[in-house]
Amino acid sequence: MLRLEKRPNPSRFWLYATPILAVFLTMVAGGLLFAMLGKNPIAVIKTIFWDPLFGEFAFYLRGQLLVKAGPLILIAIGLSLGFRAGIWNIGAEGQYIMGAICGAGVGLAFYPTESRLIFPAMILAGALGGCAWAMIPAILKTRFNTNEILVSLMLVYVADTILAKASTGFLRNPEGAGFPGSRSFSVSSFPAASNPELIAGTGLHWGGVFALAMGVAAYILLQRHILGFQIKLAGQAPRAARFHGVKPERLILLCMGLSGALAGLAGMFEVTGPAGKISIDFNVGYGFTAIIVAFLGRLNPLGIVLAGFIMALTYVGGEMAATNLGLPSAAIQVFQGMLLFFLLGVDVLTNFRIRAAIPGVS
Amino acid sequence: MDIGGINPVILVASLMVAAVPIMLAALGELVVEKSGVLNLGVEGMMIVGAICGFIAAVASGSPVVGFLAGALGGATLSLVFAFVTQVLLANQVATGLALTLFGLGLSSLMGQGYNGIKPPVTAKVPFGPLTDIPILGPIIFGHDWMVYASIALVALVWWVLRSTRLGLIVRAVGESHEAAHALGYKVNRIRLGCIAFGGAMAGLGGAYVSLVRVPQWVDGITAGAGWIALAIVVFASWRPWRVLIGAYLFGGITVLQLNLQAAGSGIPVEYLSMSPYLVTIVVLVIMSSGRGRSSLNAPASLGQNFHAAR
Repeated sequence: MLRLEKRPNPSRFWLYATPILAVFLTMVAGGLLFAMLGKNPIAVIKTIFWDPLFGEFAFYLRGQLLVKAGPLILIAIGLSLGFRAGIWNIGAEGQYIMGAICGAGVGLAFYPTESRLIFPAMILAGALGGCAWAMIPAILKTRFNTNEILVSLMLVYVADTILAKASTGFLRNPEGAGFPGSRSFSVSSFPAASNPELIAGTGLHWGGVFALAMGVAAYILLQRHILGFQIKLAGQAPRAARFHGVKPERLILLCMGLSGALAGLAGMFEVTGPAGKISIDFNVGYGFTAIIVAFLGRLNPLGIVLAGFIMALTYVGGEMAATNLGLPSAAIQVFQGMLLFFLLGVDVLTNFRIRAAIPGVS
Repeated sequence: MDIGGINPVILVASLMVAAVPIMLAALGELVVEKSGVLNLGVEGMMIVGAICGFIAAVASGSPVVGFLAGALGGATLSLVFAFVTQVLLANQVATGLALTLFGLGLSSLMGQGYNGIKPPVTAKVPFGPLTDIPILGPIIFGHDWMVYASIALVALVWWVLRSTRLGLIVRAVGESHEAAHALGYKVNRIRLGCIAFGGAMAGLGGAYVSLVRVPQWVDGITAGAGWIALAIVVFASWRPWRVLIGAYLFGGITVLQLNLQAAGSGIPVEYLSMSPYLVTIVVLVIMSSGRGRSSLNAPASLGQNFHAAR
């Protein structure tokens, strides 16, 4: 039999090797799944992981990568700060929706004004909207000791119904012939509030810029700032953190607020850019996938930037596989879920040594 | 005797039906948490149970087979969680989330081609003339057998946890895994069993959603019921009979808001449909604050992994 022996210190090698191993194992298990669905596993894996980068349509798909990776990175960076401190905000999807509604609402209030100030105001409103939505579980946690996991998740469903109300009610396009959905934020119809591609063909819009900037900012925060130290300390040794003078309440409010603001920003950039308008189903679950991204990046900001692109590959490549090979889109969701399992599972190698147990000796 | 276009007898009768899925799932999760494991994958196990039960019931034509398959599906999925957390010692919160994300995808994949099909009808228990008693008839004697089975399961879990050796062991493992280990109990194996039980119950609850409550297959059919079940365990402060009360409370709110929607109460539909989630939050706040702090009753080792160093 095998047994696990705790390492005195986490292995540095496995710290970096486990995400790669997990991706590899997911490819194997995913390949089996695709084979069971009657698809050629090699072809599907190649379509997902190779074609968007180097295939025939790579010139277009590479741009799509940044479009998908942007919101994932932005949300995951916020979440990772909380996860590090042991604060579980899993309602990023709700904060993403509320950020989008607030940002879009501010923009639409000024329609059809043309001013350079509108877009910054919308950015601010998006961040505040997401932040406010995340403050609900945060304040309930600090004030009443309510479980933040359940509250933040419940608020996703509430945000979903508010979104439905927004797109059929208070934000509906008055000139839309009664169809649900807000006015368009495309460059042609409302340029002041639009979030277009900044450099043609790259897929880079303001959301991508923010995502990359936040990656660097979070890295500096964690490495160089006292707050980053406190976050890490609170997660690894809560008791020591209290002796150090870390106030858990402050940390909860800060981590939740920050992750909410970033999720709100992601929603706002999405709705004014790639999505183009508020509609009932403009959200596609980035808030949940970002949890996987955060873990794939090992809760490290730079790792998350890389992980965001890998996860974006599964989205872009998955869509390709759906159109070209008829792979059901749910299969990609399963694939992403598997990845999280493997990530968490192989992490055992970082903290433990696997030893062969000698019978009779223990 | 309708009140605002809603018949209270029918309301009570239908809330008992609406409460079954969350009651079963919450009861399973209660046992899991009593053993010291926090499995946040209830939603995922429920929805996989829902589709497994649906497929089996449609294929066999028998709802009983469907319920068994639902329980089996939920239990199988929970074993993935059990392996990752108990053998590979991964973080329970994150693994539970993974289970939900994975389960949602898997159910949607399995459910392709099952949209729009009607499952076989789960028969009501024939109580004969008893059903015709005014008021009590429809409330007590007008249900399918799963409603009665769910109440019986609450009683069973209560009895096992309170007065059997098995229940004592499960509680010991959940309160102090170190002590239980020192006494010679196989902590991780006992937890594995509890997780599988929790998975089976969640799957059973899910199957009830797709076979009786809705009854058909649509993606995301459980719509957060698994999360509400998790909240009910907190609401119940880890006591089985309070799970029953909690489930009826939430079943009542769900049914009431649906009835208000149908009766055209003038309250916008969106606000009604968010009410179960808002009430859950309010209840969580009340239960976790002040003197009624349910967290005091939480199993002491909840959410902590156990690795036998010696």
